[in-house]
Amino acid sequence: MAKKPKNKRRDFLQLSTVTLGAVGTAAFIWPFLKSMSPAEDTLAAGSTEVDISAIEEGQSITIKWRGKPVFIKKRTKDEIEAAKMVQAGDLRDPQDDADRVQKEEWLVLVGVCTHLGCVPLGQKVSDMKGEYDGWYCPCHGSHYDTSGRIRKGPAPKNLDVPPYTFLNDTTIKIG
Amino acid sequence: MDQNRKVHQFKNPVLNWIEFRLPIISYFKKEYGDYPMPKNCNYFWSFGALATITLVTMIVSGIFLAMNYTPHTDMAFDSVERIMRDVNYGWLMRYIHSNGAAFFFIIVYIHIVRAMYFGSYKYPRELNWILGVFIFLLMMATSFLGYTLPWGQMSYWGATVITNLFSAIPIIGEGLKTWLLGDYNVGNATLNRFFALHYVLPFVIFGIVGLHVAAVHVHGSNNPDGIDIKSKNDSVNFFPYMLIKDTIAMCAFGVAISAVIFFGPNLMAEVDNYIPADPLVTPAHIVPNWYLAPFYAILRAVPDKLGGVLLMFGAIVILFVLPWLDRSKVRSCNYRPIYKWFMMGFFVNFFVLGYVGMLPAEGLYLLIARVGLLYYFGFFFIITPFVGWIEKPNKLPLSISDVYAKNIAPNIGGGEKGMPSPAMQKDTNL
Repeated sequence: MAKKPKNKRRDFLQLSTVTLGAVGTAAFIWPFLKSMSPAEDTLAAGSTEVDISAIEEGQSITIKWRGKPVFIKKRTKDEIEAAKMVQAGDLRDPQDDADRVQKEEWLVLVGVCTHLGCVPLGQKVSDMKGEYDGWYCPCHGSHYDTSGRIRKGPAPKNLDVPPYTFLNDTTIKIG
Repeated sequence: MDQNRKVHQFKNPVLNWIEFRLPIISYFKKEYGDYPMPKNCNYFWSFGALATITLVTMIVSGIFLAMNYTPHTDMAFDSVERIMRDVNYGWLMRYIHSNGAAFFFIIVYIHIVRAMYFGSYKYPRELNWILGVFIFLLMMATSFLGYTLPWGQMSYWGATVITNLFSAIPIIGEGLKTWLLGDYNVGNATLNRFFALHYVLPFVIFGIVGLHVAAVHVHGSNNPDGIDIKSKNDSVNFFPYMLIKDTIAMCAFGVAISAVIFFGPNLMAEVDNYIPADPLVTPAHIVPNWYLAPFYAILRAVPDKLGGVLLMFGAIVILFVLPWLDRSKVRSCNYRPIYKWFMMGFFVNFFVLGYVGMLPAEGLYLLIARVGLLYYFGFFFIITPFVGWIEKPNKLPLSISDVYAKNIAPNIGGGEKGMPSPAMQKDTNL
């Protein structure tokens, strides 16, 4: 009978030591895992101001924002009409054109295909623009319309709209 | 400690001195000297040794390349060009390393084909097979990481596409991708860590290869007839017989890889990777390395992002359970009249998948990829269990020696009738 309480004490010590060791190891691993996340300077990558006065109707420019391409397009009347005609309910990622623009002639998009991250074609006049006359991703064949919405192909989502503000009629601040 | 343990005695006193303190001499003698190899093993059994030699070559050439490489987005491309133009024999190191990777996969694919056709994955070598699939997985990861380092267009966009696969995972996908990249897109943080991991993973592979070899040595090597060694007449010692045979295989391999390194070093390279990485322009066709193309074809054959990613990884994970999908007790396809053809069909199908994986995913190519995908998974989930159940295998030889007895006198050979042949009786009297 004298042996039992002694064993209990030993069990307790053993269990608490192992537990503390496990917690300590986990706490030790955490900084290493966390060090792989984006560093502070990466997170601080700021905003970009773009002068859009030189962009003609139907023209589109590509700028670099946080290492990614951003498309800024001044849409033509036909393109705006085509984008507005679509019923949002019919789309894979339902969204009205009005929810994707601040001023309807200016379309601002992150130019990264939502499938596997390629840059879609359609910025140059000579580029393939896909079946919906917007953008076409050459990697795996996703088609985007004149509002940058996914219409055909493997991409699950519409092209992202980055946060932006019109500082005045000729300048956009992205980010 | 145990002073009474039995210590092997060698003629050389230096060896005895070492052996007494660390029994490594007897270990090597047992595992690489007297180790019995089935005497019917053909040249398919040399590819394990070839793979090991290639791994060592890759590690050595890689270490010397690392001495001149700079893992920074502004300097990586130029440092590789400097290796090619200015570093003494840098071009040779790089071509050995880049073509060595391709040949490593050729060898390992043949090694896997051999294991599948002759049923090496079956009892009692299942764990050996699992370790092998692990090595294959690590090889694919390592080659992908290494392909990023030259920082050409294919490097950059290959890394972008592959890391984006992780973003297909619901909820945690985007966060996981950002964590892996260390940035919101492939950048300097990514290149740095890919270099660090590309350097360390081959040593992990080397360790698992050690376990892989140790595991096969426990029950001995399989052979073309898939039957166990029953007597000393069935086997030959590794040294010198298999060592010499492997050396001949190595010479042939050396000729083949040298021909490519010296006369067609860019045969298996993508032209676009000689253009520096540009985050704003995607190449018209992103092509994976040919040795990963079958899996890429599976990814693209599925018209759904998550589905494609799951099936692509599933195509590799399924290999782990192959020993339990195949219920047939007969190892070698030489004795499996039906499964044999499905197995060969699997190899052809894998090749076709690789071919369409390099072409645009449109029209007929897409259709072929989808048919190939169905056969790939159908082979594992339906054909393998089902054929194992209905098939009547051919009669196995009684022993490995009996195979040769049959070859000498096919009409009186005992194998087919299940009776010992005269030749075999002679064998056992030796």
